[in-house]
Amino acid sequence: MSGVLDEAPVVLASGARRAGAGFPGIRRRRRRLSQGDALIGYLFVAPQVLGILLFVILPLVLILYYNFHEWNVLANSFRFVGTENVERLFSDPKVGPVLGATAIFSVGLVIGNLGLALLLAVLLNRKVRGITFFRTLFFSPVVVSLVAWTIVWGFLLQDDGGINGLLATIGIEGPNWLREGPTAMISVVVVQVFKNVGLNMILFLSALQGVPREVVEAASIDGAGRGATFGRITLPLISPTILLTTIITIVGSLQVFAQIAVLTQGGPGISTTVLVYYLFQQAFEFHRFGYGSTLALVLFVIVLLLTIVQWQLRKRWVFYEN
Amino acid sequence: MNSAKTLSAVAIVVAASIAVSGCSSSGPTASEPVSLRMTVWTSNEDQLALFDEIADAYIADHPEVESITFDPLDFDSYTTTLTTQLAGGNPPDMAWLLENAAPDFVSSGALVSLDDVLSATEGYELDDLSESATELWRTADGDLAAYPFSTSPFVVFANDDLLAEAGQPTGAELQAGGDWNWETISDIGSKVNAATGKAGFVIRDFEYTQWDYLSTVWNGWGAAPWSEDGQTCTMDSAEMVDAFTFLHDAAFEKQSMPGPGTTADFFAGDAAFTVTQISRASLLPESGIGSWELLPLPEGPDGEYSVIGQAGVGALVQGDHPEQAAEFIAWFTNPENSAKLATYFPPARESQLTPETLSAANPILTEAQLADVVIPAIADGQVRPSHTGAAEIQQEVRSGLDGLWVEDADIAGTLSGVCDAIGTLLEQ
Repeated sequence: MSGVLDEAPVVLASGARRAGAGFPGIRRRRRRLSQGDALIGYLFVAPQVLGILLFVILPLVLILYYNFHEWNVLANSFRFVGTENVERLFSDPKVGPVLGATAIFSVGLVIGNLGLALLLAVLLNRKVRGITFFRTLFFSPVVVSLVAWTIVWGFLLQDDGGINGLLATIGIEGPNWLREGPTAMISVVVVQVFKNVGLNMILFLSALQGVPREVVEAASIDGAGRGATFGRITLPLISPTILLTTIITIVGSLQVFAQIAVLTQGGPGISTTVLVYYLFQQAFEFHRFGYGSTLALVLFVIVLLLTIVQWQLRKRWVFYEN
Repeated sequence: MNSAKTLSAVAIVVAASIAVSGCSSSGPTASEPVSLRMTVWTSNEDQLALFDEIADAYIADHPEVESITFDPLDFDSYTTTLTTQLAGGNPPDMAWLLENAAPDFVSSGALVSLDDVLSATEGYELDDLSESATELWRTADGDLAAYPFSTSPFVVFANDDLLAEAGQPTGAELQAGGDWNWETISDIGSKVNAATGKAGFVIRDFEYTQWDYLSTVWNGWGAAPWSEDGQTCTMDSAEMVDAFTFLHDAAFEKQSMPGPGTTADFFAGDAAFTVTQISRASLLPESGIGSWELLPLPEGPDGEYSVIGQAGVGALVQGDHPEQAAEFIAWFTNPENSAKLATYFPPARESQLTPETLSAANPILTEAQLADVVIPAIADGQVRPSHTGAAEIQQEVRSGLDGLWVEDADIAGTLSGVCDAIGTLLEQ
């Protein structure tokens, strides 16, 4: 209650800054009020700051610490091993294929998700009867449980599952989607694309509806075709949203886990073993928490670098950043 | 800048307060009653009720124990969840352990030795425990680190309805005619598939990932994944190549076994034969199969054999009350309670390995079936393969065998690759 009552004097104090400059009493009161405001502000942000400290910063520090140790959970032993885990990282023959699988998944997801989301947003950015139904339809997978979604797709993608049953009706013998290297990765990517495409579609739709109509009309009057208008007018104007969705999708793609665990368990071979799944295996299945921490650091560094690179590149391709 | 500093200071103080308050919470002192927790992988209400009944009787006689809870964890991720609880500083006092996790838990010193407490328990009859059943659960020094509360043999169930529909002899007829072997089963399975579109035989739970279930087949060829001392890979042995050639032919040529990515549930009437543990007999009444037969594992080229799965229960050293936990295990597995547990879990006590005891547990099975199939399998069965570092070996072999489950596979080459992948792991 007192915080609310203090609002008006704060404005007055702010407005009287110059007028009260020579009066120590007013300065003291202003300092006291501003300290009260700051305290309320701290209280508001405290839960979020506490959450980040406990669940982001603290684990990061611990991961860095564990990275220099080997922890045998069963024997309850914890010993300093120096750079042994980092050396293991460079000598582990699986790290290369795992990073490769991670890159393939990320690139496939980013291209598939953003491309399809933009296409859907363009198609749905029109005032026609029943358009809300289609927008809801394409967004609905976003609110479905990830594991339930993946399990259902797992059944559909079985050798004798629904997808191959459908293909058989038109005379095509489908592959064993989740048991063959290339199709397993494609399947995992497609399942993830369909799961989250609705979110980016909504963001793109919102951005498209923010494009000034008069700018598009001016381009049309100047003789620009639909393709040129879209490529040279619309895309640059929605480039901030493209940047945002690209960052979100790339970071999300690097964290994929449940889809791999449910659909392929990293197989066939290790063709779909992405970094997070490999990290999980090392830490929680093989009980190598030290090496798992090293892999987590690698993931952190990759996400950080990609985000920094995109942020730096934004000035070159994001319209409003020039 | 000052605001940022103050903000950081406030956040750190709050975080530190929480951390300190968490650390300062102390457990019960020696004189306070203790609470025990046992992780299990069953959520069967009848089984949990039986455990509670056994625990309540123990608490009534032991005022130092306030409560005993049974904490069901998901079976598929059981060992991972258990080790995560250990890593997170939340160890249970007691835990069920699967046979494939036994070497890691036993050899690491994670479990309290049970010998002293079991020997000191009046009427426990420690000598009644089958030597072969306890072998997996002993340390290198011979101490019993966990009690094998379940010793469940793998058997074959035959769907005589489906065999009749396909015009094939029943399981009993095959056995009586001396044709109870893998080659015949695969031939008949192929004919069942051709005639009905349903599967011939299914190695339940294998699903082309849990390869260790295939020991129920390759043991018939005299094959093993590694040498007896566990140091040398034998996945590339001639016997193993022959066993996998049989399985590959069954899946891709004869189509007597469902191929990878194809499911067939025997207990839904989708297959003529299934290899599974005896406890699955409980699924038969709901299966809709009118006429079925219980049979031992078929003969392989190496002759007759049997395979058992095991589960143990141990007290964890890292638990808050390891001594009380070991004492409760002595109660939980004493002769009287072992007989009660036999309702669901075939016991390791030789005196209880009788058709009478087991028929109480499996009313759907006749005493003759138990005497002819189940008891000999428990007595002579070889435990499913296990090794220290089981999770990593499991993953490496699964990954390597993926190359075998394609139509034109190089079977010998793939198995040789598996040995290359796990060779160093076996030596560790």
